[in-house]
Amino acid sequence: MSSAARYTPYHPRWYRRRVSVWWWLKKGSYTVFVLRELTSVAVAFFAVLTLGLVRAVAAGPEAYQRFLARLGTPLLLSLNVVAFAFVLFHSITWFNLAPKAMVVRIQGKRVPDAIVAGLNYGAWLVLSGAVAFFLLRG
Amino acid sequence: MLERLTPVLWLLFSAGGTVAALLFPAHLFLTGLAFPLGWLEPPSHEALLTLLRHPVTRLYLLALISLPLFHGAHRFRYTLYDGLQLKHLTVLIAVLCYGTALAGTALAAHTLWSIPG
Repeated sequence: MSSAARYTPYHPRWYRRRVSVWWWLKKGSYTVFVLRELTSVAVAFFAVLTLGLVRAVAAGPEAYQRFLARLGTPLLLSLNVVAFAFVLFHSITWFNLAPKAMVVRIQGKRVPDAIVAGLNYGAWLVLSGAVAFFLLRG
Repeated sequence: MLERLTPVLWLLFSAGGTVAALLFPAHLFLTGLAFPLGWLEPPSHEALLTLLRHPVTRLYLLALISLPLFHGAHRFRYTLYDGLQLKHLTVLIAVLCYGTALAGTALAAHTLWSIPG
């Protein structure tokens, strides 16, 4: 140890075994965790796609038709298939975590996790039906 | 600055996560798969424009676009920290992530409010 210790906020120079960037592939539960975190990319992607749809509709009928045609290209179709899988994964993990993130008590007794998660799944079903109703009626 | 904003960012994360969890699968299934693959008939331009003219639809779409963008930005920020071990780039990553969400929100608001009523 020749040089004096230098302290920086995130890289203190004491001995620390270096963790591989691929640490999350070493165990199934770590991989699931990172995949869940990566649903953020699919969520952001679809938010941008929705913004694109709104802009196309606002720009007029031709722009809307062009947008629909672009959605049918192999690139966007495959991106959407992957994004759909990730978005579903996000929904399921989100609803299953809801009872742990927000503990509901009624008259001092904790509402069972299954009921809190079940209400989330119920709301999902109802809202999906509403979205389909508004987009499919004409 | 970032520390002071943390509660707001977490609030946006959880609001956006809930909006995305409840509404994105249906929207993505219809817009991204069922319409382009011809399983279901896409709505006509006229029908969508009529929907867009309603103020409630505009508010709905602003929430549907903006909140999940902030949710994604927040989660992706921590994915970069943990997954790629980039904790030393905190400020740059935060500015890029939330900046993108903010820009998307501004563009969505501008688009939605410039549609003739």
